[in-house]
Amino acid sequence: MEQMLVNGVVLAVNYALIALGITLIFSIMNILNFAHGQMFMIGGFVVYYLYGLFKVNYFLSLIAVVLVLGGIGWCFETFFFRRMRKMATREENSMLLAVGTALLLENLALSIFGEKQRGVPPVVSGVFRFGTAYLPAGRLLVMVLAIVLIVGLLLFVQYTKLGRAMRALAQDREVTHLMGVNVDRVAAFGFALGAALAGVAGGLLVTVFGVNSGVGNVYSIKAFIMIMIGGAGVVPGAILGAIVLGFAEAIGYELLPGSITYLLIFTGLIIFLLLRPQGLLGKPWG
Amino acid sequence: MGLDINRLTPRAGNGGTGAATENDRLNRGQKLRFAAFVLILLVAVPILLGRSPYFITVLTNAAILSFISLGVWVTFSIGRMNLAQGAFALVGGYAGAILSTRYGVPFWFCLPLAGLISAVLGALIGWPVLRLKGVYFAMTTLSLTEAIRLLALNGGDLTKGATGIVNIPRPGAIDIFGLTIVHDFNGADPLPFYFLACALLLLGLVGVWRLSTSRLGWVFRSLRQNEDLATSIGINVAKYRVIAFAVCCFMGGIGGAFFAAFHQNIYPATYTISDSVNFMLYCFLGGLSYIFGPVVGAFLLVVAFELLQAVQDYQALIYGILMIACMLWLPNGILSLGLRHDGKGKDGRR
Repeated sequence: MEQMLVNGVVLAVNYALIALGITLIFSIMNILNFAHGQMFMIGGFVVYYLYGLFKVNYFLSLIAVVLVLGGIGWCFETFFFRRMRKMATREENSMLLAVGTALLLENLALSIFGEKQRGVPPVVSGVFRFGTAYLPAGRLLVMVLAIVLIVGLLLFVQYTKLGRAMRALAQDREVTHLMGVNVDRVAAFGFALGAALAGVAGGLLVTVFGVNSGVGNVYSIKAFIMIMIGGAGVVPGAILGAIVLGFAEAIGYELLPGSITYLLIFTGLIIFLLLRPQGLLGKPWG
Repeated sequence: MGLDINRLTPRAGNGGTGAATENDRLNRGQKLRFAAFVLILLVAVPILLGRSPYFITVLTNAAILSFISLGVWVTFSIGRMNLAQGAFALVGGYAGAILSTRYGVPFWFCLPLAGLISAVLGALIGWPVLRLKGVYFAMTTLSLTEAIRLLALNGGDLTKGATGIVNIPRPGAIDIFGLTIVHDFNGADPLPFYFLACALLLLGLVGVWRLSTSRLGWVFRSLRQNEDLATSIGINVAKYRVIAFAVCCFMGGIGGAFFAAFHQNIYPATYTISDSVNFMLYCFLGGLSYIFGPVVGAFLLVVAFELLQAVQDYQALIYGILMIACMLWLPNGILSLGLRHDGKGKDGRR
């Protein structure tokens, strides 16, 4: 029982990073980042190569992840989505483009990294014990780092000028433009930040679960589930969704055989959406 | 509901985006093009390539993939991006496989039954899920593809889990009053399957064309433009979007059952998320405004990649690049290219 709780917390905080990243991109640009899971996967691989193979310091590797994924996100926004926004005639177009970027990243990774499951040596050793539950120090580290990042992100978005510009952009693009905000630059930064969050989550969880080039879609789906539970585009909703999914997974893996957990989660999700299509904290629409 | 949608939907408002906004008759050029397509499919290909089982197999694949994608096109026509078609192809495939291996139902009954089972399941799931729009619908259907795969994996004795169902019998002969109308499909020659695939595709094309030029098609387009407005003129929005989704699932189910009999096996991983994405990609590459779009997209991609053996390892990668490039430079699909030259759209009115 306690073990389930501990596992649930570790999963929930990392999932919160993923959900916050996709929420950031969704609320600022109204683009659903289908490639979010693939960005997570690439983050994992960057850590695998730098920390696992070339023995670079783990924290430096994480900074490299931020730079690489931030770069990818910035490029996607600057070269693809910005152009799309200026000429789009149909609502589906940006979605299709996002699916295309996911396809691109996934197969690029498959060609470059291969299909093997990769793991990295533990960053710290030792195990903590809480009652009957065990918490390896590696997982504790991952958890603490994730919490620090989440708090940092929330403070950043709330109190800095750039964060305020991003929130303004999420509210009303045109008015933000009128207030003298360089909308394109803020949007590119937001996309880069969201991508970096996905990558960091990958870099953190690679120490626990390892990574392979096929996990992208799995994590994209997890991200979708979380924002559907919490309500798309709502920050507290993303965190709530992450908590629900993290604990559901931890409990399910403890009590049920393998893939039945996700079958139940999907079934539950569809029933939930029947009752509350806008999610727990989302605003009613449509 | 007593309202004539034809009169209420402003035709001009459809602009160039309306699918098949033509009058209910095909113009001469379209008739010629369709006849040419039928002739190539049913006469030229068997004569020229009939000796090469390999190419016939490739074209069979392309034909059924187009058929399945046509279903996705129908959901596009109500303004929903459907990423669940892989799931319903899987459902149809398993339905066909279980019916024929477990209960000995002949293939010719399995095929429509599989479509029906898929359509009923699609209607049941679609009823709540279709309340969602835009990205929400896309996310949910994407999850659905994964959910159905997991269902197949955990289906116990019924679906045989990860080992899948193998040795699915091939279609038998059709005899009426002792007269053999269709031979059984047991030979090594893939031609019978090819003709069946073409027949399904042509039936599907005519069916979807009839659908989208009928009153139902106008209702679908009105849903894409504005569901609230459609409700306000008395359209039962929930009913019609479930109909569109069920049609889509029906086609997915038939296609899945065909492939199950064609390859004689089905596994949970036969259709995954990437297949759902591909079905959508075919529609989109050909052009969402044209019924022929999915056919053009599927044939082009499938055949091109079979011809370019050298790049097959990078097939999926090229799909990704192609999708982005197409989105940025050719957002209305390949068919929009040809139609620009003669200065008018497929409907002849643009």
